[in-house]
Parts: sequence; C-alpha cells; structure tokens
Amino acid sequence: MKIKVKRIKEILGFGVLHVCMLCVLMILAVIVYDIVSKGSGVISWDFLTKPPVDGMTKGGIFPAILGTFFVTLMTAVLAVPLGMGCAIYLNEYARDDGLTRFIRLSIRNLSGVPSIVFGLFGVALFVDACHFGTSILSAGATLGLMTLPLTITASEEALKTVPRSYREGALALGATKWQAIRYNVLPLAIPGILTGMILGLSRAAGETAPILFTGAAFFLPDVPNSILSQFMALPYHLYIMSTQHHNIALVRPIAYGTALVLIVLVFLMNLVAVIIRYRLRKKGNAHG
Amino acid sequence: MRMDKKIRMKARKVEFFYGTTQILHGIDLDIFENNVTAIIGPSGCGKSTFIRLLNRMHELVPSARLKGEITLDGKSITSADVDPVEIRRKVGMVFQKPNPFPKSIFENVAYGLEVNGVKDRHFIEDRVVSSLKKAALWQEVEKRLHDSALSLSGGQQQRLCIARCLAIEPEVILFDEPCASLDPISTHKVEELILELKKDYTIVIVTHNMQQAARVSDHTGFFYMGKLVEFGRTEDMFTRPREKRTEDYITGRFG
Repeated sequence: MKIKVKRIKEILGFGVLHVCMLCVLMILAVIVYDIVSKGSGVISWDFLTKPPVDGMTKGGIFPAILGTFFVTLMTAVLAVPLGMGCAIYLNEYARDDGLTRFIRLSIRNLSGVPSIVFGLFGVALFVDACHFGTSILSAGATLGLMTLPLTITASEEALKTVPRSYREGALALGATKWQAIRYNVLPLAIPGILTGMILGLSRAAGETAPILFTGAAFFLPDVPNSILSQFMALPYHLYIMSTQHHNIALVRPIAYGTALVLIVLVFLMNLVAVIIRYRLRKKGNAHG
Repeated sequence: MRMDKKIRMKARKVEFFYGTTQILHGIDLDIFENNVTAIIGPSGCGKSTFIRLLNRMHELVPSARLKGEITLDGKSITSADVDPVEIRRKVGMVFQKPNPFPKSIFENVAYGLEVNGVKDRHFIEDRVVSSLKKAALWQEVEKRLHDSALSLSGGQQQRLCIARCLAIEPEVILFDEPCASLDPISTHKVEELILELKKDYTIVIVTHNMQQAARVSDHTGFFYMGKLVEFGRTEDMFTRPREKRTEDYITGRFG
C-alpha cells in the first residue's frame, strides 16, 4: 500500500515538472511563431540591403543591421580584452583578501544595474567627459561596460575549471606564473571564456537603453564611416517602429521584420558560441 | 661510506603556518647528496607540506607563512630575494597524482626546456630522448612521441612526469607519494627508477608505504603531528628505532 502511494507521488511529481517545462517551451514557441509569421512576409533581399525610404514606411533596414554589427564589434574590441584581463587577474593573481572579495561583490552587483542607468552613465562619461560625442565608440564602450560583469564572471568560471595540478606541474618545472597561465591554463579555459564573451555580446547586440543616448540615430540614410559617426541599430529601430513612428499601424510589418532579423542575429551568435565550444572541446579531447 | 656524503639541503628551525594554524614545529633535517631521503608518517603529519617547502611550492597558498631557514648548497632558498622560479629549476618535483599536461608526450618533456628559454630544436629533441630513456619510458613511447600524454597508462604517465622533470636537469628531485595512485607493477618500476636516479640526483620521497621507504631510501625521517620525531639511516631506523613512537608506527601499531 505504502509503496503504491510513493509511486503515485513520484508520477505526480514528474508530471508537474513536465508541465513546467512544457509551459516554458510553449511560451518560447509562441514568441518565435508570432515573430516569424508576422515578420517573414517583409523579408526580402531589398529589405536586408536597402535603407528605409518614404519616412521609413518603405524600404529596408540595411543601415540598422550594419550599425548593430559595428557597435557589437566595437563592444567586442573593448570588452573582450578588458574582461579577460580582469578575470585572469582576479582568478590567478589577486590574493583572496577583503579587497578582492569587495571587487567580486561589486562586479556581481554591477550585473544587476538596469541598462538605462548604464546608458546615462555612458552619456556622462563617454559622450561628454571624453568628448567621443554620440558615436559608435561611445555606444560600444557603454555596452562593453554593461557586459563586463557577465564576461568577467564567465571567464573566471572557465579558469576555475582548469585543474590546479596543471598549474603546479608547470611551476614545478621552472615556469613563471605567466608562462603557466599562458601555456597551461588559457588553452584549456579559452572555450569557456569565448562562450561567455559571445553570450555577453549577443546580449549587448539586443540592448536599446544603453545606446539610446550614446550614439543610436533615429534615421540615417548613409552607413557610418568612422567610429565617431552615429549609427542606426536594430533594437532601436524596432523601438521606433513600434512606438515612435508617425504611422505605427502602417509600419507594423517592418517592425516585425526587424525583430525577426534581430533574433536571428542573436541566435546565430549563440550558435557560433556553441560551435566554437564544441570544436575546441573536441580538439582538446583529441589532444588529451 | 654513505655517512660521508655531502649535505645538499638543510632545514633549520623550520616552523610553518597556514594562517594561524601551525603545521610544522622546529624541523631540523639534512638531505645528503646522491641519497634517497624518505619522509614517513601518518596522514596529516606535515610530511607533504614539508617537501613542498623545499622548492617553495607552498607559496601557492596565500596564507602560508614560513619561519626558519632552508638552504641548498649552503645558500638560503627561502629568503625573500631568492626567485622561486630559479629554485624550482634546481629542485624538481613529481606529484602524487600523475599530472601530464594535455599535450603530446614530446611536448610534455620539452615543456620545461621551452619555458626556460631553450630554442635549439636539436638540443630539445636530444634532451627529450635522453630524458625518456633515463625515465625508462623510451621503449614504450618511441613510436608514439606525438600522441597525447593522456593516452598513456597511469604508471607510464608518472614516468613521463619523471622524464619531464629530468629534462631540465635538476639537482634535487622531490617525490610526493609518487606511487600512491599506481598498481604494484608500476610502483615497482618507479622504485627501480628512483634507485637508478640517485646515482645522478639527490632524492627526497614522501611515502605512506613503510616497505617502500625501506626498499628505496638511505635516510628516513619520521614525522608525527608536525614534528620530526626521528631522523637517521634507514637501516638503523627500521631495525633499532630510538623512539617508541617510531617503533609503534613502523610496526603498524598506529597510523
């Protein structure tokens, strides 16, 4: 009798968990279906390669795609070396004292700061104080700051997975600390670090608030020609098309098309992260 | 006579702490040239901690603190102005668990040379071959030098770690329970190797295995609760221990 009760509880328990999972999957499926079904109609070669025309009621979103690409690249150039450097310092060099703990705590807290606050901070620091103006540079730097907590934490986790015995083995052979890190720790940690970086960048690519005041433009007929140019960006374009345009109902399909391109881009970046991780891991295994 | 050997390393009044916990108390110990010195004692007695001081590996733990002095050929290795990297080139170490790098067999042995700035490929190749031969591994890996070191068996991996250590021609080699994770046959091979190596090197070995200490060592130190209870020639220690606690440990009455 007792065993039967246990069995029923088990089945019920699994059932509840299954329902939870199905709910999450369904929400995701509904979002994807909604965007794909409403957005795929406007997708065409012209939509991807032409600028908007006629008060942004027709034409494509090419400048926004390119702008998002440039600003993400700028974010990568600034945030990847800085994030990796911080993580290596914290995990390999810093003593585990009060100061280090305080730095770690600050980094964790930084990841909870709303992105609009980063946007304001970007205006104060990069646009005004550094005189970068509203530009790709300012926006990229702001997004870089915003993604740092994520990239530092992910890199640190990756460094932690490298067994201590590799570091000890290297040091015992007369390697300096940097040599041990460079030749023994980093090669094993790189897949994890890269994955963290790309996930951070894909989040940055989809952000609106931090670029709102720091460089994103409502409409630009031409593509940016320097890092000090303003730019159009997909998330900001989407925001305008869905709330700020003078004829929202008319441009709704373009908004959905923009959303579709944006999520495809983010999915692609995440896919690249998965592939890099998989390939480097396979190479690591073939090597050992 | 063995007793006439030169002393290579000396520990004097060594006290060691992790934070505020004292691990070692007033250790005085001599390590003789071309001898095998065994360090025995129950788990947690500080023996592994002690040999990690001899090439300053203890510094990897930030709260570690050392008092007293350790010398190599009369020169302090523990004072602050001595570069630990320099010491580790002279005092090599083989760890409890074989820890080859996830690289090829060749790269593992060449590693120490490369990080020490050797560029000459011919020199490196010759040294890799001679080190593998000295570590009695050459015949087994001759045809697969560029395979991953992790494809080797545990015993082979440990001999590879020994070869890797020999490649930089240290003067002293520290073995931290080198056979703890090996089967009896591999253990036997490593022991034979240690006896062979003492002709050219000065060796310190930490071991849990009393028979191993008796088989391979010339001198033995018995550690108990962070103190060096007894130190002397191995044959004396195993036949006529001076201390009651040494006798109890050796005969298996505790530990």
